Amino acid sequence: MEHKVKTPLFHLAKRTGIAPSWAWLIRLSSILVALVIGSLAIAITGNQPIPAYRTLLEGALGNEAFRRQTVKMAVPLLGCALAIAPCFKMRFWNIGAEGQITAGALAATLMVRLFAAKLSALPLLLLMAIAAILGGGLWGLIPGFFKAKWNTNETLFTLMMNYIIIGVVAWLQAGPWEARQGRMAQFPANACLPKVLGVHCGWIIVLVLAVLIHVYMKYTKHGYEISVIGDSMRTAQYAGMNVGRIMMRTMFLSGAISGLVGFIVASGANNTLAKDIAGGVGFTSITVAWLSQLNAFAMILISLMLAILTKGASTLQTQMGVPAAISDIITGLLLFCMLGCEFFINFRIVFRGSRPEKGGKQG
Amino acid sequence: MKLITDLLVAAIIYGTPLMFGTLGEILTEKSGNLNLGVEGIMFMGGAIGLGGVYYYEQAASAPSFAVALLIALLCAFLAGALASLIFSFLTTTLRTNQNVTGLALAIFGTGVGQFVGELMRLKAGGYVTVSNALKSAFTASPMPAFLQKIPVVGPILFGANWFFYIGVVLAVCMHLFLKKSRVGLYLRSVGESPATADAAGINVTRYKYLATIIGGGISAIGGMIYITTSAGCTWNNEGLSGEGWLAVALVIFCLWRPLSAIWGSVLFGALMILYVRLQVSFIPTELYKILPYVVTVIVLVITSLRNSKDKQPPEALGLAYFREDR
Repeated sequence: MEHKVKTPLFHLAKRTGIAPSWAWLIRLSSILVALVIGSLAIAITGNQPIPAYRTLLEGALGNEAFRRQTVKMAVPLLGCALAIAPCFKMRFWNIGAEGQITAGALAATLMVRLFAAKLSALPLLLLMAIAAILGGGLWGLIPGFFKAKWNTNETLFTLMMNYIIIGVVAWLQAGPWEARQGRMAQFPANACLPKVLGVHCGWIIVLVLAVLIHVYMKYTKHGYEISVIGDSMRTAQYAGMNVGRIMMRTMFLSGAISGLVGFIVASGANNTLAKDIAGGVGFTSITVAWLSQLNAFAMILISLMLAILTKGASTLQTQMGVPAAISDIITGLLLFCMLGCEFFINFRIVFRGSRPEKGGKQG
Repeated sequence: MKLITDLLVAAIIYGTPLMFGTLGEILTEKSGNLNLGVEGIMFMGGAIGLGGVYYYEQAASAPSFAVALLIALLCAFLAGALASLIFSFLTTTLRTNQNVTGLALAIFGTGVGQFVGELMRLKAGGYVTVSNALKSAFTASPMPAFLQKIPVVGPILFGANWFFYIGVVLAVCMHLFLKKSRVGLYLRSVGESPATADAAGINVTRYKYLATIIGGGISAIGGMIYITTSAGCTWNNEGLSGEGWLAVALVIFCLWRPLSAIWGSVLFGALMILYVRLQVSFIPTELYKILPYVVTVIVLVITSLRNSKDKQPPEALGLAYFREDR
């Protein structure tokens, strides 16, 4: 040692590769960490964490009725996560799923009001679905258009669009479309989605969608264009892609799927329209999409996990007097931990004096 | 005339929480961090700030307003600072996506706020609220009575509560800090171009952390103000909903300028309550409520159309900065 060099205690190095089993171990332990921190909140209410978690699980999966409820909650989460995936792949931060669901549900409800008396179930449902797709798609297209033309900040634009459409529904609900006491009328039977295995058939639609989106993203030209834009806008422009058009197309698609989810929720789950029809699903599903790393099949698992938490927490409230907000807390903690753990999958901490990883390159 | 005066007075009351929410978020965004968790932060500030005042009053034999005010400010600030610390740690140190982390914070903070509020209600066995003396002290004006009695101008300029004046001072200080001080210049450079700032020897990480944490604390105070003034010191799970998102909107509306936040928040406050004061038969009340958002969208579109340099979001807003990336 000729001169003193101050070596930091540790530094970070990018991992060149990590065994999938290690990656999954890190992810699983992050879930565990979140649950342990969450148990502190449960302990504050004077309950034992482990029985509380058991109640939570039983409350979500304990019997047939609970399981149906849980699946019902997972359907819109999965659907919207699928809708968001293409946008996020493109690094277009669409946080307007909440509004696009509402717009879709609104368009579907409009069809019910216009044609419910004249059509039988199948044509009416199809008409509702198409209207919802167009409604949600257009609501997504507006910010997409401004982003493509004038580079208007899409995060803030889509966020504002949520509250505008929710306000419109609130107006309809309390005004022109009010049936009684600030609520809209229930849909007639021919406007409700039929049930399959006890749950409205929306679950089949979103599962099919999961496959379709997977194929769309992986094996089509559109999917390829989206991923090129996401990696490098400049490359896409060099390659002669019409970036603006692709952006608008993708936003329309994303909004359309969210709109379809709006139709599923309105027609299948709620059988009516209300201003809180999206109920935060649009926001939660963004985290679902991101945590799944935009993988359509991982989204199925993660949306089920969050649905179990939400459903279980409502049981926790009735049985143990833990405020139902605990589900939001645990969801938040899960998201924090799972988001943060990706860091440990992508980077490793090298301590002072330790040898470099075998076979791994520096930097 | 009476109508306009009343409207302005009410607009100031409803606008003050937004002013704090917005000022905090402006500071955060100036560092290039887009913290979408303001909604959650304000929920936490509201519930924990109220909790501080409530338990102080329970414990103290002769509660004084000054101490209660300080406790409320401190509790809310700490709650918001803690929430933003989580955000900063995840986005700056662990390099997570800012949009997703912000939304996660919104979910988490809303949960914590409602959890704390509900828990206090359960422990107290009923509604959690403070004595009438404290309630009226929170809404009363600190200005001398003769000033408030000046016709028209008096109630508007001198009739507002403590928080409004604190907010105005804060906005002016923040303006001077950002525009006139060296540290403020450094902070802005971090938000505009972190790579340049880094090359100039500015500690990007430290600036991002500090701006986000202090900004989050200020935003949280906004939530506390809403609960202690507009909501009458009573917790209600839905009371604060939407307030944080409106603050995010207002940041855009103000074009990231603290001084504009003063009149911007009063304007948004007016838009929020316009339907109560100014019934126009052909505009339904629910449609009034979307006005702030419509106005924000219009501002957003116009600024992007005009594309003038000084009216843009910070250049690196929402983007993560890693020295190693190129």
